[in-house]
Amino acid sequence: MKNRYWVLLLAPMVSAAAQEPPKVTAQQFVNLQQGEAAHEGFRRAHAKGICVTGEFRSNGQLATYSEAALFEQGVTPFIGRFSVAGNNPTAPDLKAPVRSLALSFAMSSTEQWRIAMNTPPVMAVKDPHTFYQQIQAIQAGPKAIQAFFAEHPESSDFLSWKAQYQPTGSFAAETYNSINAFYLINSEGNEQAVRWAMQPKVFVPADNLEGVDALHQEITNRVVKEDIVFDWMFTLANEEDDENNPAKAWPDSREQITAGQVVITAVTPQLQGECHGINYDPLVLPTGIEATRDPILRARSAAYAESYRRRAKEALMGELEGQGNE
Amino acid sequence: MSNPHKFSVSMRLFHWAMAALVISMLAAGLLMVRSLEPWQLSILTVHKAFGVVAAVLVIARLVNRLFHEIPALPGDLSSLQKFVAKASHWLLYLLLFAMPISGYLMQYFAGRPIDVFGWFRLPAVLTVDIENYAVFRELHGWLAMALMALVALHVAAALHHHFIRKDKVLRSML
Repeated sequence: MKNRYWVLLLAPMVSAAAQEPPKVTAQQFVNLQQGEAAHEGFRRAHAKGICVTGEFRSNGQLATYSEAALFEQGVTPFIGRFSVAGNNPTAPDLKAPVRSLALSFAMSSTEQWRIAMNTPPVMAVKDPHTFYQQIQAIQAGPKAIQAFFAEHPESSDFLSWKAQYQPTGSFAAETYNSINAFYLINSEGNEQAVRWAMQPKVFVPADNLEGVDALHQEITNRVVKEDIVFDWMFTLANEEDDENNPAKAWPDSREQITAGQVVITAVTPQLQGECHGINYDPLVLPTGIEATRDPILRARSAAYAESYRRRAKEALMGELEGQGNE
Repeated sequence: MSNPHKFSVSMRLFHWAMAALVISMLAAGLLMVRSLEPWQLSILTVHKAFGVVAAVLVIARLVNRLFHEIPALPGDLSSLQKFVAKASHWLLYLLLFAMPISGYLMQYFAGRPIDVFGWFRLPAVLTVDIENYAVFRELHGWLAMALMALVALHVAAALHHHFIRKDKVLRSML
């Protein structure tokens, strides 16, 4: 009899562990990202970065899949940003586990596209609430994150990427991935799920790098000497792939199309550059590209909005105080 | 001067259609600024498109009002109560204008074109202005709070007229 009572007491705990993680709000998510002391005026995630400008040179190969104007043969300028993961805008570059490239295309007043890409090709998890737990585990230390991965078998594709990933010595030498999938929509209304990657044209070993701003220095020196070029390569899903699961890699055998080259011609420190005011929300999409139901993709937009609202308000208050002091 | 007992049919239709729209928009707004769920994008997209509908409706409603006589307030109200009744109604109209306009301007300065039911898109700036975005983002939030308070006052006053004063004010809108 006594034993049964124990079972009853344990039942809710067991079922809670087996069920979905507790739901978190956009505010809780951004609170976790920014940590105890927010860096005012900066992004809550990927706070450290550098503005870039350049252009996408489209070869026209993707125009039959999407009616977005920039895929027609031609050139579209962008304002972008290289960054490293973390909430501290002065953290050492080489400590960050993830590097990023974001692009903003303003083709016209009604057609704009924001893209935010990371070095990992997949997420370790497939929903924002489990992602919250993953960030908690990362903040708690190596033991907690090991335990987290042990409890989440869906992380296996992410872990195999991580095991072979070698950070390079330059932002210019990394591969940046869309992570989430999107639909390309052509003028006939046909839909094709895709992921994409920016593939570097140079190899830069990680030796000889030092200093907190090593990557920022390197890219600033590099762009004076040469353009920084990436191939923009799309991978087409087939019916076996689940476009709504960002933790699952797609097989290498999938059809790939290179849409053209992304060419970066200049960099500017972020506080002086135009990228600082931009929210690189991956759900600002032009006609011809649509969001999948991937829960992480959709949560990214909501969390970015909360981060953007906070830092925009801080920027405004800072501006008002600055004027008051003059 | 004629004094109708009821608001005209068109005015009642505008009133109740906008009541339903405003309450759904406020509820959607409160949900979507917190949620990380996949439906957040869908509700946000619909909220923006219906914001355009709301802006068109409030203009049509004001024009319609110019062409109709409205029931007079009960004669036994104090002049202070009459003033509050009139002021709160004009304030409601003002907020019904200011909500969609501030909502659009925050999107405009953030460089986010608004898709209206896939029919057309409203333009946005080509160069994002984060400080102007902050002005209209915060304004949109504060105005929403003010609108919720005013709607609550409006409903409370209507119920007060009906159940306590037992006059025809609420029935004139039914």
